[in-house]
Amino acid sequence: MSTPIDTLTPVLTDNWGAERSWTLAAYEAQGGYRALHKALAMEPTAVVETVKASNLRGRGGAGFPTGMKWGFIPQDNPNPKYLVVNADESEPGTCKDTPLMMATPHTLVEGVIISAYAIRASHAFIYVRGEILHVIRRLQRAVQEAYLAGHLGADIHGSGYSLELVVHAGAGAYICGEETALLDSLEGRRGQPRLRPPFPAVAGLYASPTVINNVESIASVPSIIDRGAEWFASMGTEKSKGYGIFSLSGHVTNPGQFEAPLGITLRELIELAGGMRQGHELKFWTPGGSSTPLLTAEHLDVPLDFEGVAGVGSMLGTRALQIFDETTCVVRAVLRWTEFYKHESCGKCTPCREGTWWLVQTLAHLEQGQGSESDLDLLDDVCDNILGRSFCALGDGATSPITSSVQHFRDEYLAHLTHGGCPFDREASTVFAREGASA
Amino acid sequence: MSPSEEAGRIPGMDDDTTAGAVSTTQVNADRLPAATYAELEQIAARYPQARSGLLPMLHLVQSAEGQVTSRGIEACAEILGISAAEVSGVATFYTMYKRRPVGDYHVGVCTNTLCAIMGGDLIFDRLKDHLDLGNDETTPAEDGRRSITLEHIECNAACDYAPVMTVNWEFMDNMTPESATTLVDDLRSGAEVTSTRGPRLVTWREAERVLAGFPDDLADEGPSAGPASLLGREIARQRGWTAPSVAEAAQAADVKDQGADKAEGETTAGKAGGAPESAETESQAAVAESGADAKHEDNPRNTGEGDA
Ligand SMILES: Cc1cc2nc3c(=O)[nH]c(=O)nc-3n(C[C@H](O)[C@H](O)[C@H](O)COP(=O)(O)O)c2cc1C
Ligand code: SF4
Ligand code: FES
Repeated sequence: MSTPIDTLTPVLTDNWGAERSWTLAAYEAQGGYRALHKALAMEPTAVVETVKASNLRGRGGAGFPTGMKWGFIPQDNPNPKYLVVNADESEPGTCKDTPLMMATPHTLVEGVIISAYAIRASHAFIYVRGEILHVIRRLQRAVQEAYLAGHLGADIHGSGYSLELVVHAGAGAYICGEETALLDSLEGRRGQPRLRPPFPAVAGLYASPTVINNVESIASVPSIIDRGAEWFASMGTEKSKGYGIFSLSGHVTNPGQFEAPLGITLRELIELAGGMRQGHELKFWTPGGSSTPLLTAEHLDVPLDFEGVAGVGSMLGTRALQIFDETTCVVRAVLRWTEFYKHESCGKCTPCREGTWWLVQTLAHLEQGQGSESDLDLLDDVCDNILGRSFCALGDGATSPITSSVQHFRDEYLAHLTHGGCPFDREASTVFAREGASA
Repeated sequence: MSPSEEAGRIPGMDDDTTAGAVSTTQVNADRLPAATYAELEQIAARYPQARSGLLPMLHLVQSAEGQVTSRGIEACAEILGISAAEVSGVATFYTMYKRRPVGDYHVGVCTNTLCAIMGGDLIFDRLKDHLDLGNDETTPAEDGRRSITLEHIECNAACDYAPVMTVNWEFMDNMTPESATTLVDDLRSGAEVTSTRGPRLVTWREAERVLAGFPDDLADEGPSAGPASLLGREIARQRGWTAPSVAEAAQAADVKDQGADKAEGETTAGKAGGAPESAETESQAAVAESGADAKHEDNPRNTGEGDA
């Protein structure tokens, strides 16, 4: 077990409050683009090796080692190489990339240039969900400023290296966060996942070698180049190195973003968020978005790193900590997530397309106090048929809240049956009820 | 290959003359204005392969037309050298594309779980009542009043500001049923409204133009971040917490090195550089152990069948 983490480590979030933090001037005043110059003086392979040595693992949920992913790009492949940033941020609960891009888009842009240089890409794309307009404005402006400053375009700072960067707005589809669906979408198609192999590293965008990384992964690269792999790896735990942004939402006194070494616990984070809202207690939470199995108060001291959360049967995911207190009906919560998965299922494979439909039917019945105890077995059965049998991880994720909630809160499901409906008061869980209580 | 060289050959544009000749029978009867058409071509030209421009092109169609129209679809198809059915198939896949006219303001209420529970459901109910609308419906045209399209939306990456609304995809944070009704009343009356974490609001059609990649001039408006985004940073500042300095990190590493005989945590620094093969297997094992994303989607050496 880890020792308590007694400090936050603002790196990415450090500049968020600076005056006009989104501008090139503000970013450079804080040392921005220093890492780019350093990287351009290195061999691309040395940049890859530094990121490998940092042990940075993907911040988009899966935790795959970033440097290793870059190393898979076959440099002898004659096709152009591409870097695609996954800025689709749509996993319910996840809200870290959005404030990063709004406050300090240049951190991402600098990361893109360094990362693209490392894999020798001549084109990079930021695929950003379309529903965050002001973030898109700030990205567009940052890219424009970077071109004007010579950080992008032909022969960057006389290095002989050239890069074009396009900000690309999506159009509303959670599945486009799945990396191969994202590629299809970026090629102007319906966003549906692709069969693997071939892997994007070999045949990604336009069937060419492609690296896809999350915003936070790429945004971490400038700090690693600037301060070194050893510095990065000095934070975090044995196998989960570095800092990460933890997003607390829901029934805490002060929801918000907390950048800390991986391995911090929810107990520590809730304390920083001012505790649970007055007079209430923790009931359940998601460690990394709605696709990661629910945990309870039992898990307050689990180190929030990849191994710690996996050790209790869930996943670190995107560190999207959605916190719910005892006023929340878990059946209502899970039904709503399930409706989301049904709505967002791309329809490509039967287990997910049909399965999510059945799950919604069954859960809706249960929530209304109809059906019977055997419906819980039916839920289990349908989940069994989706998990591991669906074409992509969306289907797997859809089963997470259901399986875990039935495991932890079986009695509450049954209470809906005996009560003939939901026994909870919807008002009590709202934020306005909190205002009422404290007035 | 230089990027500009690639951009010079746009398949859709090269096909333009022929494609135009076959696809329109009622000569120019119902074509997009030439200026819009030219902008659609500009979008296609941003990409190494023109078809990548389709999503932003459809955003531009919505900006120009107030919805996705048949002639907008035809124009995209023509420029990209694909069929209208293909364009249509793409347009229907994405929720932001609308086949019915959208109002001056698209008002979104997040009803994904966290916002719903924090009050989003009650806000959405109140607005439906107040505006006398169902989901995805638009207020009827009225003299001197702006129109509103009401829709419940999914998690908009702003959960720390729940309950969240959007107007033309700008954030309206920490809403209540009361602030929500005031908001839509203001919008309808044409009063100037500002996003809680962004600029003064533009119309839906103007917003769609930005999504198409034609920036307006509002990037500098609004704050760098909202208060919730800054919370951890503020606490760190109050308590004097920072990330370690490079020197501190080096010291810590020295101490560790002295104590460590081949401890399992020793996956860092020198090793990855010196022996990539073994470093890889080690990290792969770490990933496998973590169970995170069981599909190992990023590893080309994984055949992908193991867990399916
Ligand atoms: C349904 C689904 C949605 C996803 N959404 C996102 C997303 O919005 N952003 C993201 O970075 N990764 C998302 N991912 C994970 C990506 O497929 C991919 O693993 C990630 O972008 C890789 O980046 P990383 O290695 O830097 O974490 C999603 C995966 C699935 C299955
Ligand atoms: S699991 Fe769902 S989202 Fe993924 S391919 Fe199958 S239908 Fe599409
Ligand atoms: S759940 Fe509403 S913004 Fe995330």
